[in-house]
Amino acid sequence: MLRRRVIPCLDVADGRVVKGTRFVDLTDEGDPPELAERYADEGADELVFLDISAAPQGRATLLEIVERTARRAFIPLTVGGGVRSMEEMRDVLRAGADKVSLNTAAVADPALISRCAARFGRQAVVVAIDARRVPAAGEGEDEPRWEVLVRGGRDTTDRDALAWAGRAVELGAGELLVTSIDRDGTQSGFDTRLLRAIASHVPVPVIASGGAAGPADFVAAIVEGGADAVLAASIFHRRIHTIAAVKAAMAAAGLPVRAIPGIVA
Amino acid sequence: MSIVRVAVVDYGAGNLVSIGQALAAVGADVTFLRDGSEPLDADALVVPGVGAAAPAMERLRARDLIEPILDWIAAGRPFLGICLGLQLLFEASDEDGATTLGVIRGRTTELLEAPTLPHIGWNQVVRRRPHPLFEGIAEDADFYFVHAYAGRPDPAVEASVVLAETVHGRPFVSAIATGPLFGVQFHPERSGTDGLRLMANFAALARVGVREAAGSAG
Repeated sequence: MLRRRVIPCLDVADGRVVKGTRFVDLTDEGDPPELAERYADEGADELVFLDISAAPQGRATLLEIVERTARRAFIPLTVGGGVRSMEEMRDVLRAGADKVSLNTAAVADPALISRCAARFGRQAVVVAIDARRVPAAGEGEDEPRWEVLVRGGRDTTDRDALAWAGRAVELGAGELLVTSIDRDGTQSGFDTRLLRAIASHVPVPVIASGGAAGPADFVAAIVEGGADAVLAASIFHRRIHTIAAVKAAMAAAGLPVRAIPGIVA
Repeated sequence: MSIVRVAVVDYGAGNLVSIGQALAAVGADVTFLRDGSEPLDADALVVPGVGAAAPAMERLRARDLIEPILDWIAAGRPFLGICLGLQLLFEASDEDGATTLGVIRGRTTELLEAPTLPHIGWNQVVRRRPHPLFEGIAEDADFYFVHAYAGRPDPAVEASVVLAETVHGRPFVSAIATGPLFGVQFHPERSGTDGLRLMANFAALARVGVREAAGSAG
């Protein structure tokens, strides 16, 4: 049976892992390949590097750390953050990444998804959707709506998140990484209604992101939200919870998880 | 003990970096074969690949790689196909109607009744018979998959070919082994320590000669 995945996300800026609320108060947390290997040893099912480099040379540094990571952590690696073209995607894959996540560039040019899927296979194309709840228009509106944000959640678009999810999959996205901007960094739990709306709308796996505080939230993202995988950053980096603790809670809830290497279940 | 030399076919499809790194991590000497005109001097041949069959066959053809691969397999030399590299061993693919290498009778078909497609993530590989390719790997070990199609051997050859199956919707063939010819639908290079162990087992089989090893443990 297919396991539900637990995915630590490493925010990488200019070759170092940083933590903080995405773009502010960054503090240096170490060498990405080293942390990647540690997470692999601790039972991470996959890794995501999100490049938030401020400097233009950050991209070259990123390729170098992807290459070093591929040498040390033998689990799948997705790289996202500012990938704008097929050429950039090719470079990241050549460095050793398995998948690339597209966000702002895909919203600006949806055909980029189909071009990348045709060239590299749709399994290599993750479309990241940053979604924010739209305030209810009036009384009695039951079904919530979410809009798509771009540029790290800073800019609004006119796109409906659910419609965009369907379109992205049609165009060739092999997976969707769905982040609730309302919940991101708040540690108030995943937006399970958003996840459920998208997961029931598309056939591809949905990765839940934004809001994880504790193991119970991961369980809820899967059971209530219908997510195939759950992603978190700070609670793992700050060692608030281990991957093992999250997986134990998932297993206790009856969800299939991969055993952590070297630990007998 | 001599170092086993593994040639990995590079035809512009798939994560060669991680396959090269994984083989190197288990002590193999890795070279990449980019064109059929290059000498193929190795103990084992690996064909990786992700994506669809037709463009992959097109690229193999453009680089004159089809004949060397078929000659290698016909000579009974150690071979490992990974993901699309396994699917290409069959006669044809439903994904785009491509005619493939035709080494194994059967065709590549879409996963049936799959709850999600593509099938992405870690899943159990259930063995049908013991085999040295899985030596030292727990019976219920998980491996990493990324695919929507899988090779389905013809019923006439199924029993002699299928090594393991995996369930995602209906069960599909996730590993084959027949003599020195191996194929896995999952990605051992991305399957942590168990994946590395499988790569090491393949390298060891290539070193000692696959027939003898398979015979003794079979």
